Amino acid sequence: MYKLLLCLRYLRTRYIALASIISVMLGVATMIVVNSVMAGFGTEMRDRIHGILADVIVEARSSDGIRDAEFQMQQVREIAGEYIEAMTPIVEVYAMLSIPYAGEYLPVPVTLIGIQPEGKARVGPLIEYLDSYNQVIENGKVVREALRSGDEDPDWDLTSDASEYRRSSMELSRISVRDASSTAPLHNDVSDDKPDPTDASAASGAAPDFDDTDSMSFDPFRNSTPQVSGDDLGLDSTEHEFAPCAARLYVGHSIISWNDNSPEPGATQTVYMARPGDDVMVTTVSAGRPEPARFNATIVDSFKSGMSEYDMHFVFMNLEELQRIRGMDTENSITSIQIKLKDYTTAPTVVRLLEASFPRNMVRIGTWEDKQGPLLEAVQVEAAILNVLLFLIIAVAGFGILAIFFMIVVEKTRDIGILKALGAGSGGVMSIFLAYGLALGMVGSGIGVVLGLLFVRYINEIENALTWLTGQKVFDEQIYYFFEIPTRVNPLMVFWVAFGAMTIAVLASIFPARRAARLHPVQALRFE
Amino acid sequence: MKRASRTIKLPETHIAAVAIEKSYRKGQFGVPVLRGVQFGAAKGEFVSIVGQSGSGKSTLLHLLGLLDAPDVGEVQLEGQRIDDLNAAARDELRNRVFGFIFQFYHLMPELTLLENVQMPLMIRHATLAFRKNRRRYREMAMDIIRKVGLEHRVRHRPSELSGGEMQRGAVARALVARPQILLADEPTGNLDSETGSEIMDLLQQLNDESSLTVVMVTHDESIAARAHRTVRLAEGRIEILHEAA
Repeated sequence: MYKLLLCLRYLRTRYIALASIISVMLGVATMIVVNSVMAGFGTEMRDRIHGILADVIVEARSSDGIRDAEFQMQQVREIAGEYIEAMTPIVEVYAMLSIPYAGEYLPVPVTLIGIQPEGKARVGPLIEYLDSYNQVIENGKVVREALRSGDEDPDWDLTSDASEYRRSSMELSRISVRDASSTAPLHNDVSDDKPDPTDASAASGAAPDFDDTDSMSFDPFRNSTPQVSGDDLGLDSTEHEFAPCAARLYVGHSIISWNDNSPEPGATQTVYMARPGDDVMVTTVSAGRPEPARFNATIVDSFKSGMSEYDMHFVFMNLEELQRIRGMDTENSITSIQIKLKDYTTAPTVVRLLEASFPRNMVRIGTWEDKQGPLLEAVQVEAAILNVLLFLIIAVAGFGILAIFFMIVVEKTRDIGILKALGAGSGGVMSIFLAYGLALGMVGSGIGVVLGLLFVRYINEIENALTWLTGQKVFDEQIYYFFEIPTRVNPLMVFWVAFGAMTIAVLASIFPARRAARLHPVQALRFE
Repeated sequence: MKRASRTIKLPETHIAAVAIEKSYRKGQFGVPVLRGVQFGAAKGEFVSIVGQSGSGKSTLLHLLGLLDAPDVGEVQLEGQRIDDLNAAARDELRNRVFGFIFQFYHLMPELTLLENVQMPLMIRHATLAFRKNRRRYREMAMDIIRKVGLEHRVRHRPSELSGGEMQRGAVARALVARPQILLADEPTGNLDSETGSEIMDLLQQLNDESSLTVVMVTHDESIAARAHRTVRLAEGRIEILHEAA
């Protein structure tokens, strides 16, 4: 009884112990906040990576791909059909995007991914990423409403806004070409594109005999000479001339735009080098013996997955056209199949099943996590190191408790003597101080948990307040593509942090408590 | 009149120190404090031990109360050796058999008078048992506080009490657990003569009423004279053993 009473009384009357409570509290709160924010970012990032990839990916080792998409998908369905919700064929190849901007071509290395939009939308979130399905928000204000509603299937058609833009910009460029024929105008190559569909159809006629790659290289070669385009202008007077190219693209948002400082201080604006409706030139390689393949393509939409790596390097294209251009259409070859599972926890099973049936020298099978293994691992290592460092804060608080407790034991030497004279055992005296340490740890981590959770709950309000106070944007949405700071509180993490803090508090009080227990009662009583 | 009652000899030795030797270590050298002390107090006897500072009288008291262990010799309670018991048993004896009073009162500053007085009971009983009977223990404490005349001070902290009140509180604490032997180390040493004499009255009264064995250490001859018997210690030996009567 006396242990409890004294412990509680010391807790209430020793104000110096508040210092250790506060240090434990700050440590615990910091750990909870940092972990929650990191978990929030991590989850968000995983979602985004996962979104662009798919649950399980069957990937050909060669860039020529594997033949007969339908057959391969049928195989997959037979092997692991019960686990699979949807799958879609993919052709993935490296390419260079040349964006006409400010009178010259800006080359961007990209990964060109041929997809069927409906199929891709079934295996992962595509609609959520496409610009035309989303509001455009700049500096916290909605600049443009969504152009399409979420229940429309994605396709390769231009939105009415984009067609309108295409028409007006092409007309504008035609005038500018007439006015200044000496310099290569902005949309020169765009005006050049109109013959492209017709050429493409001609080329598609010649497509079966693709062995002579001449026909392919011939086609873009002519397109890519802007100097001669002036001659074509006379022909481009029909409505048809504004039709987009056969190759259509969803371009990563960061490929065609960048953030710039707005004239308004503190605000940013997005500068576009190309918009949906514009044409760009794509250079890639054909399948088989690699030959350069160059063609014009119309940007239909842009996407923003939130993973800057993807938004800077990924370009989606209509699968059939890419197959045709790369000469993969004869055998309906694809480079990979993206699979969405009914339940992601079955992924290892599915991977095992597929690996058993597909020749391993031909295809590589893995989950999206396998594909992004190093990145995810790096994030985990980062979190682990940060946790160790933050836990050191609590360890420092532990040493604070140690020092303060030694002081308190010295201060209480006489009282300890009396307790012993009145019949208290060494164990009892020791447990007073251990319980005191535990109580400090409990109070400190209790307040810390509450404080940390409140901070996490109101982190955006706090961010706003800090922004207002400092006049500097603390968390820039433009950089992270988050409109608010993502957080995720893991109850187990909160428990372990609080538990760890309490353990440290108890450990730190062991030495002083032992010292108190070992005090000789006579010497303690004589102590003045 | 009172003296007549005090001369009654009680045959049984209640607490005894047999051939006690004790030295303290100071650096390399052992400093002898007690050199073969023979001491005994009968049941219900009021014995005072007097001596100069450093004569070892406090040490003798501590040895009797099991706060310290003798180098040589035995401490006996009712003829049984108690100084070689294990730690838990000695703690138990200190709690149940002995009551201590110190020169500097040694009340705990964080606790109220009532809590201070209840402390031996709290030490004796576990939390749950104590809470179950807290009314009874509170009554026990209040009884003894009334006896020492501090019932108007129960909620006060030691810092709000005068010296005499604190010492009376300490007496109440020593007696709340109904000990058989009261060991008082200079109980009046820090008080003026009038207050000191009040405390002595109280001790005498307790000794008379409940046949409590009292062993008191003092350097004040006039205080010592109020005991049944005075033992004089000098340089670690019993000097004179004479009847107070």
